[in-house]
Amino acid sequence: MAKEKIQDYESKVLGHFGPYGGRFVPEALIAALDELAEAHSQAQSDPEFNAELNQLHKTYSGRPSILTDAKRFSQYAGGARILLKREDLNHTGSHKINNVLGQALLTKRMGKKRIIAETGAGQHGVASATAAALFGLECVVYMGEADTKRQALNVARMKLLGAEVVPVTQGSKTLKDAINEAMRDWVTNVETTHYLLGTVAGPHPFPTIVRDFQRIIGVEAREQVLELTGKLPDAVLACVGGGSNAIGIFHPFIEDASVRLIGLEAGGKGIETGLHAATISGGSPGVLHGTRSYVLQDKDGQTVESHSISAGLDYPGVGPEHAYLNDLGRAEYRPITDDQAMYAFSLLCKSEGIIPAIETAHALAGALEIGNELGKEATLLINLSGRGDKDVQTAAEYFGLPL
Amino acid sequence: MSTPLEKLFTEAKTENRALLIGYLPAGFPTQKKAKKIIKAMVSGGVDAIEIGYPYSDPVMDGPVIQAASDEAIKNGAGVAEVFELLQTSVELGVPSVIMSYWSPIEKYGATEFAREVAKRGGSGVITPDLTFEESDRWRLESTQNSLNRIYVVAPSSTKDRLSKVANECTGFVYAASLMGVTGTRSLVSANAKQLVERIRSVSNTPIAVGLGVSNKEQAKEVAVFADGVIVGSAFIKVVQEFGAGRTGLKKVKQLAESLSEGVRSARKI
Repeated sequence: MAKEKIQDYESKVLGHFGPYGGRFVPEALIAALDELAEAHSQAQSDPEFNAELNQLHKTYSGRPSILTDAKRFSQYAGGARILLKREDLNHTGSHKINNVLGQALLTKRMGKKRIIAETGAGQHGVASATAAALFGLECVVYMGEADTKRQALNVARMKLLGAEVVPVTQGSKTLKDAINEAMRDWVTNVETTHYLLGTVAGPHPFPTIVRDFQRIIGVEAREQVLELTGKLPDAVLACVGGGSNAIGIFHPFIEDASVRLIGLEAGGKGIETGLHAATISGGSPGVLHGTRSYVLQDKDGQTVESHSISAGLDYPGVGPEHAYLNDLGRAEYRPITDDQAMYAFSLLCKSEGIIPAIETAHALAGALEIGNELGKEATLLINLSGRGDKDVQTAAEYFGLPL
Repeated sequence: MSTPLEKLFTEAKTENRALLIGYLPAGFPTQKKAKKIIKAMVSGGVDAIEIGYPYSDPVMDGPVIQAASDEAIKNGAGVAEVFELLQTSVELGVPSVIMSYWSPIEKYGATEFAREVAKRGGSGVITPDLTFEESDRWRLESTQNSLNRIYVVAPSSTKDRLSKVANECTGFVYAASLMGVTGTRSLVSANAKQLVERIRSVSNTPIAVGLGVSNKEQAKEVAVFADGVIVGSAFIKVVQEFGAGRTGLKKVKQLAESLSEGVRSARKI
């Protein structure tokens, strides 16, 4: 792809990525979105803001995260070299903390005292509750009732951190409905409250802000891979729900034309069954939660309920930048079924001594596929976006282990 | 050429009164019952009707309309029911518009949607989550089909923004009386009055106030300063409580009569 095309694809003013992105929200939120965009753009060029964020990365969340050469796992991936970017080792156990610390600093900058957040797997909720405790902010987390059950451990963590967790009983009782509830809270309390959105979806400026705060993953990993191997990786892989960990690791590689960018979506029981959350592989362009992107929807534009064994990927939308990278052919997106993900999950546990989040296991399953396609000469960089402690119960049930 | 809705606002102005606008989601609780409810609303004195397009993710709506939309969708309501109910309403002789989130319109096709609304005799479309910036296509389609383009403005809108959005509206400007989602509220008018005054300073288009109005007293208060009073959740609550049989329909008509009295008596000395 031509360089100028890559650099131009993001419209700085309206938050469009080609035909995707933008703002589809009640007018009541426009002032707050403008304020947020302004705060972000000022912060980006403020050395003090960046110094404070870097300090937090270094002394609070534990950055830079390390790179692990997964030699035993590689044997199952056609012998390809598998490099794991260890976001699971961050404080709170996933990449979510990167964005949360950035937005918490923005919240302070805007003089707001209350944050609200949505969560699926609970990782973003835990990260938000953590940042709220650190900065002395009030925190309310909206979580689908179905997710509060399958991620009970994270609900307890959020409460221990002082956050209020509101189970959402509308609709499919999952992440999609948690976002609806958070938006309604925001419309009502926008003057005092920042909506700390956890993924690269939602109205402008969220896809840009979250991407900018997650880019650090790819910036670090690119240097680390170059230093370790002396060359760029052949492919970069990440799981995609809303797409924040994926865009974080993809973005710094976009202009490296030789590097394939591969997003692994939740194929659930298989796309053909209709029970999946593979929005790009199995959806169509539409509008959801304030942005235009790929959406799982029916002929009337009604959002269709998604399915995935992983609560964090169980979302019928996807970030608009991913939609555009897909259409441009710069990134490719493939579905991974529940069973494929759980196989890769178990394989990483036993071959490397690392229990990944089930979300992340989708990227690992992709590594098995791509590794076998490319063979042992290839180097694959995988974003190990989160750890699996929260998933022990789900995994034990899946594998029939007595608890 | 003016739409039936615009003509009605002009008439009401000469009568020195505000309009009562009633909202109902298509297919709620079933399409057959929805037709009867609309009829009861109109015979009770509702001047204009908003047909809601029941949508899976209504972020502007509170629990009452969410529940009603869910029920309608479960009972099979889709685009066909929306257009059919619009036509039913038009045939009762009241100016009628559709209120829809953008997703269903985009999925149907903005061109086709605008054409169909016009074909069924609708006056326009209220688009609660379509922002000014994303409106190029809709501006074109609504103009070509002589439809009113109704946007929702809020107390948080800056003066500059208010002016931009209000001047984009035809038919009326939908003023959200408070920061929040749809639903009945005990207090409405202070914020609403201020917002209406702010809109008047930048636009000559009629202004209807929505969000929170549920009874005669509130309707009367708002009708003093607004050109239209929009009531949705209160009608739905009646149906949720009393059903849409003989009792429910009677209660709907009574609520419409009472609200209508409020609206019509607001500016009498």
